[in-house]
Amino acid sequence: MQEFFQQLANGVAWGSIYALIALGYTMVYGILRLINFAHGDIYMVGAFAAYFLARAMGVGTVVEASPLLAAAVLLGSMAICAALGVLIELFAYRPVRRSSRITALITAIGVSLFLENAGIRLFGADPKFFPQVIAPRTIALAEGVMVTNHQIMVVLVSVLLMVALTLFIQRTRTGKAMRAVAFNRDAASLMGIPVDRIITITFAIGSALAAAAGFLVGLTNPKIEPLMGIMPGVKAFVAAVLGGIGSIPGAMIGGLVMGISEYLVVGYISSTYRDAIAFVILIIVLLIKPTGLLGRNVTEKV
Amino acid sequence: MSGARGFIGMVAAIALVWAIDWAGSRILNPYIYRVLVLCCINVILALSLNLVNGITGQFSIGHAGFMAVGAYASAAYTVYAVPLMLGAEASKGGWVAAAAFLLAILVGGLVSAVAGFLVGLPSMRLRGDYLAIVTLGFGEIIRVAILNIDAVGGARGFAGVPQRTTLAWVLGGAWVTFVLIRNLMRSYHGRALLAIREDEIAAEALGVPTTRYKVTAFVIGAFFAGMAGALFSHYTYLHTNSFTFMKSIEVIIMVVLGGMGSLTGSILGATLLTALPELLRFASSERLIIYSLLLILLMIARPQGILGRREVSFRPWFSRRRSRPTPAT
Amino acid sequence: MIRIRSVLPLFAITLLCLAALPGCAKREAEIKVGEYGSLTGSTATFGTSTKNGIELYVDNLNAQGGIGGKKVHVLVEDDQSKPEEAATAVNKLIAQDGVVAVLGEVASSRSLAAAPICQSAGVPMISPSSTNPRVTEIGDHIFRVCYIDPFQGMVIAKFAKNTLHFSKAAVFRDNKNDYSVGLANFFSDSFRGMGGTIVTDESYSEGDQDFKAQLTVIKSKKPEFIFIPGYYTEVGLIARQARELGLNVPMLGGDGWVSDRLLEIAQDALNGSYLVNHYWEQDPNPLVQGFVQSYRKRYNATPDGLAALGYDAAGVLANAMQRLSTEDPKAFATLSGPPNTEQKAARAKLRDLIAATRDYPGVTGKISLDDHRNAVKPAVFLGIENRGYKFVATVEP
Repeated sequence: MQEFFQQLANGVAWGSIYALIALGYTMVYGILRLINFAHGDIYMVGAFAAYFLARAMGVGTVVEASPLLAAAVLLGSMAICAALGVLIELFAYRPVRRSSRITALITAIGVSLFLENAGIRLFGADPKFFPQVIAPRTIALAEGVMVTNHQIMVVLVSVLLMVALTLFIQRTRTGKAMRAVAFNRDAASLMGIPVDRIITITFAIGSALAAAAGFLVGLTNPKIEPLMGIMPGVKAFVAAVLGGIGSIPGAMIGGLVMGISEYLVVGYISSTYRDAIAFVILIIVLLIKPTGLLGRNVTEKV
Repeated sequence: MSGARGFIGMVAAIALVWAIDWAGSRILNPYIYRVLVLCCINVILALSLNLVNGITGQFSIGHAGFMAVGAYASAAYTVYAVPLMLGAEASKGGWVAAAAFLLAILVGGLVSAVAGFLVGLPSMRLRGDYLAIVTLGFGEIIRVAILNIDAVGGARGFAGVPQRTTLAWVLGGAWVTFVLIRNLMRSYHGRALLAIREDEIAAEALGVPTTRYKVTAFVIGAFFAGMAGALFSHYTYLHTNSFTFMKSIEVIIMVVLGGMGSLTGSILGATLLTALPELLRFASSERLIIYSLLLILLMIARPQGILGRREVSFRPWFSRRRSRPTPAT
Repeated sequence: MIRIRSVLPLFAITLLCLAALPGCAKREAEIKVGEYGSLTGSTATFGTSTKNGIELYVDNLNAQGGIGGKKVHVLVEDDQSKPEEAATAVNKLIAQDGVVAVLGEVASSRSLAAAPICQSAGVPMISPSSTNPRVTEIGDHIFRVCYIDPFQGMVIAKFAKNTLHFSKAAVFRDNKNDYSVGLANFFSDSFRGMGGTIVTDESYSEGDQDFKAQLTVIKSKKPEFIFIPGYYTEVGLIARQARELGLNVPMLGGDGWVSDRLLEIAQDALNGSYLVNHYWEQDPNPLVQGFVQSYRKRYNATPDGLAALGYDAAGVLANAMQRLSTEDPKAFATLSGPPNTEQKAARAKLRDLIAATRDYPGVTGKISLDDHRNAVKPAVFLGIENRGYKFVATVEP
């Protein structure tokens, strides 16, 4: 039983990271119907931005680690990635926005390949040690159930960001405009909503969320490398689809389901099939509920 | 009459393919020869994916999975079943070995077609991106499964598969794939597939059994992808690293770059994308950076792919020459 | 209608092809050696390390006047971590560039893809770090300077059983990596053969970030130690996460662990663990010190095991060429010329001389090549204490 709770606790922490990446996917998808393949790579850039910021501040060598410093690094890398997201949208996605969806998808893949290979060129292919901007500590939740303060932070931050995002979309004017653009872009444009600006804001927020995930992963598992975004990117996308793509609580639930099921698969079935079984679960869920757990059923009209 | 013409055409095509191979292996250096072989395999992959993605309008991103199934099934067949059936005869080469190889290609295609049927089934219920994710999941499941089968080497790779693939085989394979898919496209069934792409609901309303056609497209696409895999597995050391998610993406890029729904476009796209990384070798460490930038630029400049939905045909060239009026003197 | 806009990209590609042509210019006075490796893709970091090691050796060599007055020029091709690309790259090096010898690869699957091409072209190939026994079985032109899996697996099993007196092992392997799977299998066989038990065999995939699920399972099986036949890229994180779960048994590893990053990432988590290496960083041997220092100066990092093996692979090749230049200057002269029949004969001589390598003083130990063209050299066991290495034992083959 103790082992089960240990697996569950870690599964929740790991799933929160998927959820955090999935939030960005789902936002961009909801508004543009674009699978932003480069999202996982923006997460990688976020981790590297935090790495360089922390080193520039001299964390671990010149200054002591502190939560204030961590917050500064986090916000800095979020800002850098938001800018990167806006640039990508402007130079790569906007020119193909009126083309077919698959063209946009290939462009996204191109951007993803570019970020990965430019990352290898600029940062080097070898893994880097992520500075410990917050000193790690182990906490026993119960007898034999151990978690770290980093893992708790991951869960708290991802819940916090999800709530903030939901409030932003439900309560602010910009959020309302986003929902309108997602619902019908042309009609929104006719209503005087600046569609281009809304899309830019969406990319900025989505990329900032990816950066936050990159920072948190760097903190919990302090090893970062230019290709670290590929697998989590794919898994997070799967999580977003599992939860019902376009739905924010769906992304959160999808991420958690993926994380926890991966842990239970390893714990009670086999670690060799860890990656495969996540997909088996996904396929079963989709066959039962074709639009994901929280996806809306869109009836097709003739 | 047409049967006899078809037979003559086939014999002529086989002769031509062998002649190209014969000449190619003497004139070309092994490097160019190898790139051509890989290019033809990619052409088969692109054509078969085009049937699913371009012609039927479904969205599969797990094509490398079908290729892997075909590759490992045919390799296992050659390594384990052929020696049992033929004994020492098989290793000698010649006609017997060629026949065994032909059978191995078909085995690869058929096993992959079964996988295609299984993956095609969810298309009854799933659309668009949800279906895409299922195909992606399938590709990953296949790769993990192969990694855990010791009989085919797992992560150490499948050693001991005889190298039988030559330019003649892959050229023949690409030709057969092209002709069959072209004929399918021009037939009654092909128009049903196109109708599904254009508007699935309207097609359904007009009495096209959409589910059956969609599954069939998956099965046929998987068959040819499996064939490509079989040719691949008898050409180079077999390892799951060749069938990652990135390979599926590569094939999609070929199809989109050439033009969705255009068969000659797929051939063009596959050729270009096989040649491009080789041509960019001079850039060494910047090679893939340039490659990805070119990809983005191409998509911005030609969003519909190089050929769009058009086909390139050599026929107008010939007919123009023939119909050109001879100048009166 | 095809518009100008659509022709532009094609035009750009044509231009690029033309730009590629000057790259093929002939370099007559130099000896051309090919290297293929994973400079991009999932194992880019290993290919890069190997390349650095080879580059360092060859540049030093050329700075000292090269071999017999001729400089060695290394042509590097990337294989994107894919086996079919490795075969294409080697084909290009041999057919297009006319190299006289080939260095590479790290991963056995890619060496296995490329070796038949070298073998049939009669070009000697030296793999720095492919440990699968099958690699050199491809033919008499294929060599390696590293241990093979059965040797390393057996040595580690013996060390665990006889020196550390452990009998309950957990194996944690990288299921996507051929080195890891091979080593895990041979270790398990040897360890069981000595009367030990494997309490559990778990796996991860290269590039994974999170190992706590598997480690929780391992913890519940109560092993005396964990054998992790993986690479430093993951081992550091594995060790950290194990300690975070309260799993405090020692860990054992192979030469894949060797890197600066291992302890930088693991910090104190690996204290009390052991690994096999080819050499000891603080070995007073001037050869080792010279290598470590010049590598550090040039790349601003301590060399990992792959860099050291790349350095030695280049060294073994250069050493054979050196002997060729003194024993048969005429044959040696053809190595820098066009690939004709005389050069083919010279390459065959070069092959014989590589095969005759005995007690080559490499940084990874004294290398002798046996009848199966595998390196025979001692294994060095290092213990980890206080984020540093201490020498434990040397095991002679």
